[in-house]
Formats: sequence, structure tokens, C-alpha cells
Amino acid sequence: MAQVPASWFLMLSAALFALGVAGFLFRRNIITVFMSIELMLNAVNLSFVAFAYQHKGPGGVDGHLYAFFVMVVAAAEAAVGLAIILTVFKNRGTLNIDEVDSMKN
Amino acid sequence: MQLWLIPLAPLAGFAINGLLGRRFSRSLVNLFAIGSVLVSFAWVLYTLSRAGDLQTPRVEHYFTWIQSGSLKIGCDFALDRLTAVMLLVVTGIGSLIHIYAIGYMAHEGGYYRFFAYLNLFMFFMLTLVLAANFALLFVGWEGVGLCSYLLIGFYFDKRFATNAANKAFIVNRIGDFGFSLGMFLIFANFHSLDFASVFGQAPAAPVGTLTAIGLLLMVGACGKSAQLPLYVWLPDAMAGPTPVSALIHAATMVTAGVYMTARAWPIYTHAPAAMHTIAIVGIATAFFAATIGLAQNDIKKVFAYSTVSQLGYMFVGVGSGAFSVGIFHLVTHAFFKALLFLGAGSVIHALSGEQDMSKMGGLRKKIPWTFWTMACAAVAIAGVPPFSGFYSKDAILIAAYENAPWIYWVGVITAGMTAFYVSRAMFLTFFGKYRGDGYPHESPPVMLAPLVVLALLSLGGGKLFPVPEFLRGVFHAGEPVESHALMAISIAAGLIGIALATLMYLFQPGMAEAIAGRVSGLYKLVYNKYFVDEIYDAAVVRPLVNGSRAVLWKAVDAAGIDGLVNGLAARARDVGGLLGRIQSGNIRSYATWVAFGAVMLIFVMGLAGGLVR
Repeated sequence: MAQVPASWFLMLSAALFALGVAGFLFRRNIITVFMSIELMLNAVNLSFVAFAYQHKGPGGVDGHLYAFFVMVVAAAEAAVGLAIILTVFKNRGTLNIDEVDSMKN
Repeated sequence: MQLWLIPLAPLAGFAINGLLGRRFSRSLVNLFAIGSVLVSFAWVLYTLSRAGDLQTPRVEHYFTWIQSGSLKIGCDFALDRLTAVMLLVVTGIGSLIHIYAIGYMAHEGGYYRFFAYLNLFMFFMLTLVLAANFALLFVGWEGVGLCSYLLIGFYFDKRFATNAANKAFIVNRIGDFGFSLGMFLIFANFHSLDFASVFGQAPAAPVGTLTAIGLLLMVGACGKSAQLPLYVWLPDAMAGPTPVSALIHAATMVTAGVYMTARAWPIYTHAPAAMHTIAIVGIATAFFAATIGLAQNDIKKVFAYSTVSQLGYMFVGVGSGAFSVGIFHLVTHAFFKALLFLGAGSVIHALSGEQDMSKMGGLRKKIPWTFWTMACAAVAIAGVPPFSGFYSKDAILIAAYENAPWIYWVGVITAGMTAFYVSRAMFLTFFGKYRGDGYPHESPPVMLAPLVVLALLSLGGGKLFPVPEFLRGVFHAGEPVESHALMAISIAAGLIGIALATLMYLFQPGMAEAIAGRVSGLYKLVYNKYFVDEIYDAAVVRPLVNGSRAVLWKAVDAAGIDGLVNGLAARARDVGGLLGRIQSGNIRSYATWVAFGAVMLIFVMGLAGGLVR
């Protein structure tokens, strides 16, 4: 059976990651930025799984494990991140990321 | 023999009064202060009564104080005959002066502080004389210097007192520098600081080394014992309370230099050049200080210069190789000079603080006890036989004659001047008409009792305590020479001095001023103490201060060190300000930097051909 070459997966992963980066950099809405982060995480997950599939051998599940780790972290991050976003909105009345810069001074 | 108890009792007194004395009543302060010194005195007597003949030193080792490489210094006390004499003088005279101070300080503030310092002084002084090595002796040496500083500056709200305290401390630093160098040289050559070891090796050492050590130790002795050219601190030290002048600056501490020189006799006997230098310094100081004493009007200043002069005599004694005689004069001087100071204190007390003799006079009838006791001291210091000063001074002069006749002749002239200035002080104070405007009153018995005891010692001390015979075994000295001719000359000098003073101040009171007017240039020179303080000020102090200000402060410290530190800080702040602009607080700009960094990383890895080959 013909296999889909690994490079295709990687190209898809890179494309998703680049989209995530672009969204992170250029969108102003915090929720969109947050979603971009999730997109980057999943792009990385995809490359992990692709590599794991390509280099399978005895006990070769390292890539899968990493993907699970990333999912767990992403879930936790989503919980904390959304809570922060809610609080920011409650306090500031805005979701524009350029107006949330009180770390300076 | 539990020698440690001797210095520890005053230390305990110091600790109790110093820590808790503020809350004590005066009688409680007295109990601890006087009691501790009396305990110490009693323990000295008890120890000596059971110590045997003490021909060889008894050493007690308590613990090792410093151990570093080949340097090993123990906390060791030693008791031999020389130490025994010093212990008796320090604790005996010290007890009397402590008792006297109860009366003298009765109207003063800081009562407990005064006695705490005085007890601390006793502790260090006893450590000094009991020490069995140079390092421990140096501890006592510096400790008494500290107490001297504290007590000179006792009236710390008076500018002149604190200045005098600083002066004493700083001038002594010069001497102590010499002493330290001497100790270093001793250790470098003998690999030990223990007296027994050093003095055992001394005879075999080269003369040049011993001379260098002797001269360096002499510099230390010159500072502590107020010899030329470092004597200037002692007259100013009279700013302290009078019991302090009597105890520290007449009877005990200032004689530490003489004691140390006598203690180091095995070094000096093998370094004749160093010993001769000591004799010359001593006689020069004796003469020089006596001339200043002739024209002073402050009663304490007269006795201060007298002390410098008498310490010069002691230096002549030890410098002529007659160590036991130098110590003998130390003992008799402790009697009569302590008495003179305590008597002067009683006069000052009677006149409510007046020290200027031109405002005294005629006090003989008003304070008879003080007068008669001081008269005893006066005849003793004037060298009238058979009183104590005569024996010791005469012995010193004869020893000097054997060594170098010119020293003897200068010494005789000085003896004449000594008799003159003491008689002058007595006549100005006690005879003639009262020139002040207060109401003199006799001192309380607690002050008079020590005066009486010291008066008896001044009169009979020379015959009662034949110190030179007692110490003969310590210094391996031969039989003392007696010369009736030399003795007669020195007695005559003393009597002439007294007669001159009687004539000038008793029978023809205008005569002194007439003479002073005729040689007004010389008189002014002497009255102003040869302008030595002014010369030191111009030659040493001012250049040092100005140099420090212009070079060390303005150039080195302000421009150099501060410039470096401040410059570094300013540059760091500049760089930080520049870098701080990156921290905009805007999340997207941070993210841009991260992305930029990642791209750069990939780019560089691409150039290098990947992370792993």
C-alpha cells in the first residue's frame, strides 16, 4: 500500500505552525491569539506523531508520548489562559492585546 | 599559684560596673570598684608570701592563644622578682588612688563609667606586668593605652579633653609601630616571643640584630613613657581627672616603657649602642622637660613636665645598665609623684576646679593636711636625704657617671631644676597671700587617708624597700658603687634649687618676675614649651592634613576611586537604559522577537549544516 510520505506531514505541520505564528503576531484579539497558540501546539504535535510513525521500532512510541504531554500541557494552559482572559476582560473591558501592556512601568 | 586571679578581679569589677553600674547607687559602685582592686592587692600579697624567693621565674601556662605555623603564643603569666615589684606598685598605689577617687569624683557625673575604666586599666596593666611573652605584654600595652585614651577624654563634652585623648592615642601609635617592628624582628630571629626563649638565645645573636631590636623597642618605650621626641601627649593628658593623672600618667602606665626595657635587659646588655641611645634620650628628656617645668603656671602642668623629666631619669638608669636602679626610681617616683598629683587634686578640689597657681597662695593654713603631705612628696622628689627620691635618683646618677660623666653632670643640673620647680609650685600654692576669690575647704578623709599613706611611703620608701638589692639576682648585676663625693654634689644641687626657689618666691616675691623680664625672650620660649607643639603642628600635622586633603581625599578618593565606581555605575545605567527600550510591555513585540530569534536560529543552523551531522 502506498504510503503518504513523511515530508507531506511535515509540510502540513510547518504550514500550520506558520499560520499560528502569523496569527499570534498579527491578530489583536486575545482569544484569536490564544487560538493561534493552540494551532502552533497542534502543528508541533503533528510533526511529533509523523516522526514517530516514520521511525517506528521496538518501543518506538516516544513521539506519541510527547504528543500526549503536549496535549496535557495545552489543556492546562487553556484552562489557565482562558481564566486570565476572562479576568482581563472583566478588569479592562477590552480584549485588544495592544492595550494590555501594563507590564511596562 | 593562680596568678590569673590578680588581673581578673579588676576585670570583673569593670564588667559589673560597666554593664550594670548605671543603675547602681554610688556606694555599690564603690564596693565593686574598690573591692575588686583590693582583692587583687590582697591576692598579690598572699601569692608573694607563698612564692618563695622567686630567684627563677615561675611560669603558668593557661592556654594556647595563637598557633599558626611556627608561631605559637600562649596565654602565659610569669612571676619573678621584677614582676613582684611591679605588681606591688600597681595594685598598692592603684588601691590608694581608687580610694582617693571616691572623694575626688563625688561631685562628678559618669561616676560608674569612671570606675569601670579605672578597673579596666588595672586589668590591662596587670596583664602587662604578668605577661610571659611579648605578644601578651603588647595586649596589656595597648589596653592601658586604650584606657588612657578613655580616661583623658573622660570629660568628653569638653573639646580640649577629646583633643588631648586623640593626641595621646595617635602619638602612641608611632611608638607602638616601633614596638611592633621590634617584635617582628624578634620573631624573625628567635622564632619565639616567649621571654625565656628569646632571652636565652639573645647572647648568641649578632650585635647588629640586637641593636636594631633594642632601638625599635626603645621607640615603643619612648611613646608610652613620654620621652623625646614623643613626650608631647603627656602634658596634654592632664585634661583627664586628677586620679587618672596620678595613676596612669604618673605612677603606672607611663612607666611601662621602663619596665619593658628592664624586662628586655638580656637584649640590651648585648647591644651597648642601643642602651647608650636610651641613656642619651633619657637625659635629654629629663633636662628638656625640667626646663619647661620651671615656668608653668598650671599646677598639673608643672607635675606633668616633672613626670616626663623623672621618666627621663629612669631611662638614664636603665640606659646606663643599672636596670634595678631604674626600677627603683620607678617605685619611689610612683610614691611621690602619685602623691603630688593627688595633692594637686586635693588643692584643685579645695578651690572648686582652679588649677592656675597665680590664683592660689596661702593655702597652707586652710588645707593643712594637703600641705604637709605634699611637702613630704616635695622633699622626696627634690632629692633631700634621707627621703625616698634621694636614694633612687642618687643611684641613677652614680650609675650614669660610671657610664658617661657628662650625663651625670646634666643629671645634677636637672636635679637642681627639679628641686626648684617643685619648691616653686609649693610656695606659689601654699605660701604668701591667697590670690583667688573662692573659699578653700579641706578635702574629706577618704581623700586625705591615701595622701597620708603615700606621704609615709615617700618619706621612708627609699629605705623601706631596697629594690636594687631585691632585684640584683634578676639582672645579674654587680655590687652597686658608692661615691660620697658624687652623692654630695647631687644633694647640693637639690638644696641649691630649693634655696633659690625660697629666695625668689618666698622672701622676694617680685624677683621672679624681674628675672623673667630681663630674659624675656628665653622666658617666653620656655613658657611656651619651646613651641614644640607648634613645630610639630607645622612640620608634621599640617602637611599630613593638607596632603591627605589635597591628594588622598580630592585626587585619590574623590576623583580616582569615586570616579571609577560612579563611572561604572553610570555606564551600566546607560547600557541598561538602551536595553530597556526592548522591553516595551507589548506582548506582540515580544512575540516578534521570539519569532525573529527562531528564524535566526534556523538560518544559522542552515548555514552550519544542521545540528547533527
